[in-house]
Amino acid sequence: MSASIDVTLRLFAGLRESTGVEQERLALPPGTQVAQVRSQLADRGEAWSRGLRDAQRTRAAVNHQLVDERHELRTGDELAFFPPVTGG
Amino acid sequence: MPGSSSLPHRPRVQVQAEDFNIQAELDALRRLPSGDWNGKVGAVASFIGTVRDLNEGTDVARMVLEHYPGMTEKSIEAIIDQAEARWPLLGVRVVHRIGALLPADQIVLVAVASAHREAALEACAFIMDYLKSKAPFWKKESTPDGERWVDARVSDAAALRRWSS
Repeated sequence: MSASIDVTLRLFAGLRESTGVEQERLALPPGTQVAQVRSQLADRGEAWSRGLRDAQRTRAAVNHQLVDERHELRTGDELAFFPPVTGG
Repeated sequence: MPGSSSLPHRPRVQVQAEDFNIQAELDALRRLPSGDWNGKVGAVASFIGTVRDLNEGTDVARMVLEHYPGMTEKSIEAIIDQAEARWPLLGVRVVHRIGALLPADQIVLVAVASAHREAALEACAFIMDYLKSKAPFWKKESTPDGERWVDARVSDAAALRRWSS
């Protein structure tokens, strides 16, 4: 039994509104990759699935850096998912 | 402020709810941290993005800009670093507003100082193109049909490709 890792999940813009979640603490098994979190969250329901299933569209960032789906999470990480950006 | 004997060293990136003063921003970009004019500057290029009252055929009464505090600033700093590695620049300033905005309001300023116009103009366009595609900002518009999150444009991704040749 290894201890779980603590990760802060943050959601933005339309994804935050459709899921009703802005921030949440996740306890994950050590070695968890971004893709596994995405897949677990997508199973929570229609809004989650719709918002998260397309990894090209809904990007993942860890500690403010865009990461790919195989990025391995560590305890204390901040994991954000967000829709395509529209600033400027 | 013009006329003061010294300016505090200004950050390259500012994300703020308040409006910005274009003349004051451009003026500061042409000065050294000491407050003296930077005589090496021969060109200042700037881009100002403003709120349109019509988007995709629908009236827009107001918009709200959301961002990801912390990541926004870092991503714009990284874009400026790339521009400074590519062109000989003497100063860069990016100001981006957040919160509620009305049609005709200023949204973003990208300003670049260099010795010559080519570097200033190209770096300004480069920073703006990257900001549109990479910096975590999201616009939500209020229209007669209700509120809607603005969709990213395919043309924004296409605009980036010209810089990778």
